[in-house]
Amino acid sequence: MTTLVIAEHDNSELQASTYSTIAAAKELNGDTVVLVAGHNCQSVAEQAAKAEGVDKVLLAQAEYLEHLLAEDVEKAVMAQEGDYSHILAPASTFGKNMMPRISALLDVQQISDIIAIESDDTFKRPVYAGNAIATVKSNDAKKVITVRATAFDALATEGGSASIENVDAGTHTELSNYVGEELTESERPDLGTARVVVSGGRGMGNGENFEMLETLADKLGAAVGASRAAVDAGFVPNDYQVGQTGKIVAPELYIAVGISGAIQHLAGMKDSKVIVAINKDEEAPIFQVADYGLVEDLFKAVPELIESL
Amino acid sequence: MKILVAIKRVIDANVKVRVKPDSSGVETANVKMSMNPFCEIAVEEAVRLKEKGIASEVVAVSIGNQQCQETLRTALALGADKAILVKTDDALEPLAVAKTLKKVVEQEGPEMVLLGKQSIDGDNNQTGQMLGALLGWGQGTFASEVEVEDGKTKVTREIDGGLQTIELKLPAVVTTDLRLNEPRFASLPNIMKAKRKPLDEIALADLGVDTANRTETISVENPPERSEGIKVESVAELVEKLKNEAKVI
Repeated sequence: MTTLVIAEHDNSELQASTYSTIAAAKELNGDTVVLVAGHNCQSVAEQAAKAEGVDKVLLAQAEYLEHLLAEDVEKAVMAQEGDYSHILAPASTFGKNMMPRISALLDVQQISDIIAIESDDTFKRPVYAGNAIATVKSNDAKKVITVRATAFDALATEGGSASIENVDAGTHTELSNYVGEELTESERPDLGTARVVVSGGRGMGNGENFEMLETLADKLGAAVGASRAAVDAGFVPNDYQVGQTGKIVAPELYIAVGISGAIQHLAGMKDSKVIVAINKDEEAPIFQVADYGLVEDLFKAVPELIESL
Repeated sequence: MKILVAIKRVIDANVKVRVKPDSSGVETANVKMSMNPFCEIAVEEAVRLKEKGIASEVVAVSIGNQQCQETLRTALALGADKAILVKTDDALEPLAVAKTLKKVVEQEGPEMVLLGKQSIDGDNNQTGQMLGALLGWGQGTFASEVEVEDGKTKVTREIDGGLQTIELKLPAVVTTDLRLNEPRFASLPNIMKAKRKPLDEIALADLGVDTANRTETISVENPPERSEGIKVESVAELVEKLKNEAKVI
């Protein structure tokens, strides 16, 4: 048995989600092969080769793979000849976008967003916004799986010495073309992997007030997140959203400020180790999952908190 | 251009889902059902494209039991022209849904299929992408903006790092994210009108698709409970607890 991990990267860095996916692959029997598909991404293949637990790296390079569009990644993966028992990718927007295409072409029912591996064919995954955990057994000959990165501790980024093999990059489908990107630039840690996350909700009132949370985040070395309400209201960009359909986070410390705690939001953060809620409404559902709740006006509490750190 | 919108009937987003005591699934008896919120956004987008004169016809399709008619009537009340119910009492997996939708696409010949990015019950986020692959079409998933011009569609997508814009050749599959639009409420006259719009039924068996389940659900359980926390009286107490008790700062 051999597992193929499809690497998430930006052509220069292997993403943290990939290391977590490799960790999931190591819980399965057999070797772990990492496919790096992209453009000018030799350095990514070198990082993958150094990662703990990787037995071999496949490097598929082509200009049209630069933006990892789903249709072209699908062709690159389908061009691989090895006989893989499992194909894994992170359950990020990268994996969610392209993986079901591969699954459909292999005539396999994909298992999405797994949080635990029971055996080579049985997995746990959240359903209904995490209000239930399903244990699912796949009867397909091959397993196609996306992995919730926060549920698997990444292995070491150094220490491995896998070989790198150049492989077929498939074909350019020309079904879709890249036009552009508006990425949020930030010096702060990545929301998905930060040790501390400070999130704001509708209670923040407007986008300018988020500066206060940014100051708090900088004191704590934290990432800044938000509830859907704050994103819908235009306070912050979409990539800040934590929740069922946004980002899933599980930091050591999650500080929810002015967030009421809809189940869809809780689905994205309730696996955090320590949860702090600051809200003036003592009935807010967020207090039911908070380890430490402070019933107070956030505009008073947050500056005080910044002051005392 | 004709647009096909696929919709799913799910437990209403505001219902607190309960796991059955025998761990076989979640309680669905006497629970309010509604159109999956992402599907509602897909219907709204299709109707808006029609109102802009870009789409000529909007066909809504759902796969499920007789009660799905109700959900399809909602889509008709929101502005779809015609509905198709592919009838089955089985709960299909996303791959089987995609294969079934492919048959409907072949019969209806739409230039765009709009779907929600995920249903809020299974949270799989697969069907649209699977349909795209099976049809050999391009896809614009997690769309927050859709423009159609000259046989192409420009889709702005919500991705982990921000927004990405791609251009797709038509026909194509588009899946909706939360901020694509705000669905309208069906007006009473439109609800009445919807009753007279065509709603065709096809038996799933007549489509000749292999929809056998590939997975078994061994159990469905409650997530681990968080132990109840405490209320602190002041910021000073909070900082003290975080430092000395939780040891996270």
